[in-house]
Amino acid sequence: MTIRLSLASVALGLLLGLLGASAKISGNVLLRGAGGFYTSVVRGIPETLWVLMAYFGTVSLMNLLGSYFGNPYLTLSPFLAGTLALGLCFGAYATEVFRGALLSISPGQREAGLALGMSNLRIFWRITLPQLWRVALPGLGNLYLILLKDTALVSLITLEEVLRKAQVAANATREPFTFYFTTALIYLGLTVIIMAALHWFERRANKGYARTEL
Amino acid sequence: MTWAERWTMIQPWLPQLWEGTLVTLELVGLAVLIGLILAIPLGLGRASRHWYIRAVPYSYIFFFRGTPLILQLFLVYYGLSQFAVVRDSMFWPYLREPYWCALITMTLHTAAYIAEILRGAIQAVPPGEVEAARALGMSRSQALQYIILPRAIRIGLPAYGNEVILMLKASAVVYTVTLMDLMGVVRTINSRTYQFELFFLVAGLIYLTITILFTQVFKLVERWLKIEASRKR
Repeated sequence: MTIRLSLASVALGLLLGLLGASAKISGNVLLRGAGGFYTSVVRGIPETLWVLMAYFGTVSLMNLLGSYFGNPYLTLSPFLAGTLALGLCFGAYATEVFRGALLSISPGQREAGLALGMSNLRIFWRITLPQLWRVALPGLGNLYLILLKDTALVSLITLEEVLRKAQVAANATREPFTFYFTTALIYLGLTVIIMAALHWFERRANKGYARTEL
Repeated sequence: MTWAERWTMIQPWLPQLWEGTLVTLELVGLAVLIGLILAIPLGLGRASRHWYIRAVPYSYIFFFRGTPLILQLFLVYYGLSQFAVVRDSMFWPYLREPYWCALITMTLHTAAYIAEILRGAIQAVPPGEVEAARALGMSRSQALQYIILPRAIRIGLPAYGNEVILMLKASAVVYTVTLMDLMGVVRTINSRTYQFELFFLVAGLIYLTITILFTQVFKLVERWLKIEASRKR
């Protein structure tokens, strides 16, 4: 469940991050303002609060929405609320990573695409994104490791992820240390696996590029 | 609900919210200060040239950066009571208190992050400056005290400022061990009034204000230490 939650949040977060970054470097003042507002507000408020807000704070809103569709008891599931909250936070940090990466791609690349008669979407998909990926990967990897640990917060809204399971087991057996320590080892194991995967991705993405070494 | 009604709803809780904010600030302040002191030997050890000196801080940092703060908190608050040795020891009166558990956990947690910042900063000190200090006849410890650390502090300060803000946000989980920090107060109000949106909004605004204040303070400190002048030219 922990892994599933982290992957779902990353998917949402990457989308928000790309949108946020495009908004932040766009020529439109309104979009730039919205992007700046998004990143500074989301990053200034604890993840815990976002998680609780997504679950408990949306009850009346969802009920209202539900009553339009004939189901007044509509609520967000813990999984959905957790994904929304963590995706929102990941997106805000990813915005900054993507913004830096977008700025590192020379405008000539885009202009070359335009000169070849490609549409904006095609330029983004075929030219910008593949290069963006390479530059943004280390930053996104760090964010993913942070996100993995933030998934523990979703246990507060009763999602049955690894920490919640450990809590239940600890209460049942009266051996809290054993179970919490095992959980810690699980997190460390996941961290090692992700780090290895990121290393592999980075090697793949950096094929054909010389690396600056000190 | 009009804004006036909302305000009358918030008003009676203001003293508690203020108390909670103070608890949060106190915890974060103490944790990042004691954490900094703990981090100095850790960071120095981490930057050592001998692998056997590096190994201990490395495993400490790996554990504390690789697991969530909330889990570490449970490990200290609920986990330690599993052992009779701990329950019978002289530390038990402290380890029984949520406040001390939260403070200990947060300090150990942030020390790992600060140590890593310090290591990065020490390794970013230009080697030529260290060599120059040694060539002038300074001993190793003199070079550390007068050249390496002052330089490293200036290099690492912006990252330390970020860490303080990250700790402020991370501290919101301490309410899970029944501590009445800002988040704890808000959760209590939630269960009394059933006004979730309103008080989450209030809590969000308070956290946001503290974040902005911290950012400004660190900007001042950076100016005071003349960080700009020591950036690479």
